Amino acid sequence: MVAPPLPTLEGHDRIPPITLVKSNRHDRNKGAAPHRPRHRGNEADPHADRHAVSREETSVTAAEDSREDTFPKLLTRNARIRPQRTAFRHKDLGIWQSWTWAQVHDIVRAYACGLQALGLQRGGKIAIIGYNRPHLYWTIAAAQWLGAIPIPVYADSVAEEMAYVLAHAEVTHAVVQDQEQVDKLLAVSDQLPRMDHVLYDEPKGLRDYDHSRLHSITSVIEEGRARLADAGEAGKIERELQNGKGSDLAIILYTSGTTGRPKGVMLTSDAVIAAARIGCDFDKLDETDEILAYLPIAWVGDHIFSYAQAFLAGLCVNCPESPETVAEDRREVGATYVFAPPRIFESILTLTMVRIEDASALKRRMFHFFIRHANKVGEKILNGEPGVGAWDRLLWQVGNVLVYAPLRNRFGMTRVKVGYTAGEAIGPEIFRFYRSIGVNLKQLYGQTEASVYITMQPDGEIRADTVGRPAPEVEIRIADNGEVLYRSPGVFVGYYKDDEKTAETKTPDGFVHSGDAGFFDANGHLKIIDRAKDVGKMRDGSLFPPKYVENKLKFYPNIKEAVCFGDGKDYVSAFVNIDLVAVSNWAERNGVTYASYQELAGHPRVYEMIEKHVDEVNRSLSSEPRMGGAQIKRFLILHKELDADDGELTRTQKVRRGFIAERYAPLIQALYDGSSEADISTEVTFEDGRKGVISARVKIRDMELYPVQETATLPEAAE
Amino acid sequence: MRAPDHPVLSKGDVLLAVENVSLGFGGVKALTDVSFDIRKSEIRAIIGPNGAGKTSMLNCINGFYYPTEGRITFKGVKRPKMRPYEAARGGIARTFQNVALFKSMSTLDNIMAGRSIRMRSNFFWQLFRHGPAMKEEVEHRRFVEEIIDFLEIQHIRKTPVGRLPYGLQKRVELGRALAMEPDLLLLDEPMAGMNLEEKEDMSRFILEVNQQYGTTIALIEHDMGVVMDLSDRVVVLEYGRKIADGTPDEVKRDQRVIDAYLGVAH
Repeated sequence: MVAPPLPTLEGHDRIPPITLVKSNRHDRNKGAAPHRPRHRGNEADPHADRHAVSREETSVTAAEDSREDTFPKLLTRNARIRPQRTAFRHKDLGIWQSWTWAQVHDIVRAYACGLQALGLQRGGKIAIIGYNRPHLYWTIAAAQWLGAIPIPVYADSVAEEMAYVLAHAEVTHAVVQDQEQVDKLLAVSDQLPRMDHVLYDEPKGLRDYDHSRLHSITSVIEEGRARLADAGEAGKIERELQNGKGSDLAIILYTSGTTGRPKGVMLTSDAVIAAARIGCDFDKLDETDEILAYLPIAWVGDHIFSYAQAFLAGLCVNCPESPETVAEDRREVGATYVFAPPRIFESILTLTMVRIEDASALKRRMFHFFIRHANKVGEKILNGEPGVGAWDRLLWQVGNVLVYAPLRNRFGMTRVKVGYTAGEAIGPEIFRFYRSIGVNLKQLYGQTEASVYITMQPDGEIRADTVGRPAPEVEIRIADNGEVLYRSPGVFVGYYKDDEKTAETKTPDGFVHSGDAGFFDANGHLKIIDRAKDVGKMRDGSLFPPKYVENKLKFYPNIKEAVCFGDGKDYVSAFVNIDLVAVSNWAERNGVTYASYQELAGHPRVYEMIEKHVDEVNRSLSSEPRMGGAQIKRFLILHKELDADDGELTRTQKVRRGFIAERYAPLIQALYDGSSEADISTEVTFEDGRKGVISARVKIRDMELYPVQETATLPEAAE
Repeated sequence: MRAPDHPVLSKGDVLLAVENVSLGFGGVKALTDVSFDIRKSEIRAIIGPNGAGKTSMLNCINGFYYPTEGRITFKGVKRPKMRPYEAARGGIARTFQNVALFKSMSTLDNIMAGRSIRMRSNFFWQLFRHGPAMKEEVEHRRFVEEIIDFLEIQHIRKTPVGRLPYGLQKRVELGRALAMEPDLLLLDEPMAGMNLEEKEDMSRFILEVNQQYGTTIALIEHDMGVVMDLSDRVVVLEYGRKIADGTPDEVKRDQRVIDAYLGVAH
């Protein structure tokens, strides 16, 4: 596409004029914001910002400005306007190795040329498998440079899962991290006849492999660099860059699939850039920001935060040394922009609580005293709310010196400007803990199909039990059955090779079915209850939102996972997974001896403890008029941990309820036929792929139910 | 101690030859007339039931014991009576059946300690960490970091080894032996007390050391599956005598080996 004469043209392309209800706002956003290169994060006057940029790059017109509609073009811009700023870091051999934007641009350009020599073409598909490594992020950029479509795959998927995605996507090239991934691909190569070349990052162990179709990434880059010495090749690569347009597919992200096969979500450059811009503008990210890239690159969050926003705002991406060193690396880097699913915040907190019990009495008392104080006033201070006395403020400052700052340092959150949690509901106590010690933690609600952003929490309106207001440029409506529908510039094109599913998910006027049930509260904040299809009805007609109940259980550190049943039944019952770290620590302190997970899980005193938690959950449920019917009548503690390798969880650690119900059918039957224990034997898959059988006798406990209160109270807000 | 004019060995040449070695402690005969060789770049296993003399054999090879009879030739030169550190300087590194690390030192420092044998700058410079010592330390640190990367122990780089689980301590010990860049690496039960996953990792590292650096490895191991998968040749000892020697397949079929392991009806 030739650069449009008006910067607004492109934005309007994809929005039929008839739907431009809020035309004024849209015009402004579409016209000015999306095509403005972010330079200093000057929010007050977009024009001033543009002028500042024009002085640096001579003769930048609006039209030229708007050409940066793909990531390789953004990369080229970054290499021009901030060549010496650090773009990527990777800890290798114990040292943070770094690359500037100019270097990254140079490498990606050569890489693209090398990939072209290996036969990667416009529209071709290239799989990317591995942990967060600079070379894998650069593969995404190099593929996009050529107009090929990168397809990141979860690195911990087993070979068969991987084969399905690669075959479905028809990939011709694969770029992987190491020998482990190469071996997986070779194991399923008969299912992938179209795959021509495999590239790897780490040569270890691959020396004696057949290298006719196997290449190291560095050799491909070197090959590309040699070719670029020729002016004709250099011109060709430049033309490939200019041929890319915003409406091209930028990436296909396969969703991990809570049910059924993974679906390939197709996103255009326009959508990904627009979504990335929403976040950059909202939190005022700029080139001085740092992010630690440690979540799966196949996950939309990582793609937006560690790739799209990095390229857009010019922030620095730090890749950890290995998955085991993330905590240490986070501390060393001191990221300013942090993202983590709730379970990571939970495990950091659990570990801290366990460790503090081992500290000296003085430290322990100091810790508990100041944490109590932070609980009382910390959040108000962070929010800038009035009503905190001078003495309390002073005490918080003392606590900051003695406890909060050291804790933030331990967590690697000293420099955090904004931290996000999403993917699951976070426990209100956990959320409040981080905020009270001065970490600006927020929640957002997003989906792969929206390039993440659907709702966000603006400063000063942060609450544990809602996911915030609609993000800028996002429209939301609630269907009659309670399902949340959204429309935004980041919305996906469709599912790859699945028009039927696309039609089911996208309405004719561009809204997307989120599949989640929710409602807006009195303050205009969205509250998500559960997956729309999971919200069931019990036999007496009362509402049964399984996830809502499970989350209440999971907020206790001793409970790692919970699965509730109750749709079409007389009462609600639950499976509970204990958290081994927390419970084993408790066991050590209380003289409970055990030899295995199974024995600990079945211990009568563990049951007593969990029973107390379930009782508290029931009491809390009884105080909510809509949820009171969902109190847990019977529960049991599972003899094994739910595991993604056994298909019980998705790769993003979400419960697959239907599968679990089938697998543990005898236990569910026992929960509803009144028996006090049940036998179960299940097949388990070990990490090396071998299978074994675990059998156990599991005890079942009955609970007292509370009468449902009819008056509406807001339990969380009231605390 | 490295012989200045020893011949350059290529793959398959005899690196170490044990000829008619006997070892006795007073009246106890630990080894009786044992002969075998270890060739360059192979993985050689020494197996046998408990008390067969395997560890005594390793101790002879690395100079901790001196055989009462017979001789040991290393790189074509007959071994004189020597101290273990001289053997180490000559290019023989080992790990121990019971992990022998500096418990309160970090993983990094333990492996650096293994490297100290290669340090050339004098004590004075090392004391002040200046001049040639600093430059040298940077080079050695790089080599050690490569070992850490190779053994995938980055996450415990700064952890005192005494706090580590046993499987990881074994890995650190292997790292320390590798830091010497040995010609011959002796591993005394590298997999003892490990679970399946740890054994798989360790096997991977042993094969990788052998393939990538061409290091010759002699190992003692009780897990027959591991031995048969890893080694090129196996020597079997029983009551201090050699009863079999050959490829894993040959040894597996040998009636005397089967008897030694399963016992015979007397």
